[in-house]
Amino acid sequence: MEKHKLICINCPMGCRLEVTKTESGGWLVEGNQCKRGTAYAIKELTEPTRVLTSTVVIKNGFLPRLPVRTQTAIPKEKIFEAMDVINKIVVTSPIKVGDVIIENILGTGVNVIASRNM
Amino acid sequence: MENYDLVVIGGGPAGLAAAIEARNNSVQKILVIERDRELGGILQQCIHNGFGLHIFNEELSGPEYAGRFIAELMSMNIEYKLDTMVLDITNDKIIHAINQKDGYITIQAKAVILSMGCRERTAGAINIPGTRPSGVFTAGTAQRYINMEGYMVGKRVVILGSGDIGLIMARRMTLEGAKVLAVVEVLPFSGGLTRNIVQCLDDFNIPLYLSHTVINIKGNKRVEGVTIAEVDQNRKPIPGTEIDYDCDTLLLSVGLIPENELTVQAGAEIDPHTNGPLVNESMETSRDGIFACGNVVHVHDLVDFVTEESRRAGKGAAKYIQGKLSNNGQTFKTKPLNGVSYIVPQTVRLENVEKGLELFLRVRNVYKNVKLVMKGDDEVIKEIKKRNLAPGEMEHLTLPVDSIAGKSFEYLTIEVKEEA
Repeated sequence: MEKHKLICINCPMGCRLEVTKTESGGWLVEGNQCKRGTAYAIKELTEPTRVLTSTVVIKNGFLPRLPVRTQTAIPKEKIFEAMDVINKIVVTSPIKVGDVIIENILGTGVNVIASRNM
Repeated sequence: MENYDLVVIGGGPAGLAAAIEARNNSVQKILVIERDRELGGILQQCIHNGFGLHIFNEELSGPEYAGRFIAELMSMNIEYKLDTMVLDITNDKIIHAINQKDGYITIQAKAVILSMGCRERTAGAINIPGTRPSGVFTAGTAQRYINMEGYMVGKRVVILGSGDIGLIMARRMTLEGAKVLAVVEVLPFSGGLTRNIVQCLDDFNIPLYLSHTVINIKGNKRVEGVTIAEVDQNRKPIPGTEIDYDCDTLLLSVGLIPENELTVQAGAEIDPHTNGPLVNESMETSRDGIFACGNVVHVHDLVDFVTEESRRAGKGAAKYIQGKLSNNGQTFKTKPLNGVSYIVPQTVRLENVEKGLELFLRVRNVYKNVKLVMKGDDEVIKEIKKRNLAPGEMEHLTLPVDSIAGKSFEYLTIEVKEEA
């Protein structure tokens, strides 16, 4: 049987979770003190995602770098590949907060957007 | 000399929220003074997400969170001065400031809000042994170089201190291609939020060494390596536990210090527990009409709580200007007892509290399954069960006015009580 140890990041409690994959293919989550722990553990083990934040080069801007982020979370395993894409981007001022900087990054269906006006 | 109803010193999240709230409470002539080149404070370099969960119910990046307040301030036509350094605040609320455009200026204010924030503890403040090569940065300095100026600060990195900025920078440096070799924490527990340990260290397999510290820095021009060692209960390095790292950079995330030189010059009393001014329920310091909010009062973990506290200061200053703050009625002081390191506010005039008294506190140690006990002198007012308390996570309690109104006591105390 497959066993995993995780720390839930939903709230400051930081419950230590023990997750077991059952023979029927389901998940048994222990150690959580609320329902969100179960959902987090299963998502984290089956399709973990993260919001990625970084910067891109901006020309004629108030600063040389523009902060950007993925609009929603992307698969965790694509984070470094996404950084390679983000690091090649050069934009030109003016940019508005929320402007799409990269559409549908790596085919994830998620846009990378500007995090501030510049 | 110029005249204003309210002068706010510092245009970060605290100052912005305070100024906006004062305007919402009918204060007309407001000036925000900022020493940096733009408004927004430290949020402008905190490009990671996780801001705004309480205030906006969304996870925003730092610049987005700041941007919303800056837009609101501008839509209200609240005046501000950038690149302007305040040199002095006198007892009668005359502010002396200087910038390249206006030169030396003096401003008479009816009320002042201090929102200067905090600064990072540096290498000089923690007595690290070894040489002094380049490549030793505070985590916040590295954050500004990378996120705003576009300079990478190093390739192989050790981080001393597990505060949130250090954890965030461990991830940021890794994403930008650096190798973060270790995060080293002198205490037996991390000073950062658990979610940051998971998302910033565990996600990237960066080891966290608790009860360890840096005992040597090597290199003459640039950092060439550091040595860490385990420490005993008295924080003394244990011989034989040394680990050497080949690295070019050491980041320090070893604490934040409220920036209170002006507060002291203005004659406000400082609480030795918070290193910030003593404040009352309306966030007014011991100086009449001088208010304070945000990290200058006590260092927060979440900007959302800074915003809430600063709105209280903005409203307090508005009431003061309008002569609506009461000095009469039931008053008491707060006092941290067993296990509690500080409580903000330190004094309370109950007549000025509308529904609930907001109390912020930190504990001294990590506790599981304990109670926070609030007493008026020796009488128990309220007990709150807590599954988890940690010094790195500020506690926020709201005490309904009804539960203390009419009771006569000198001190409201809060202590940690461990279950028998």
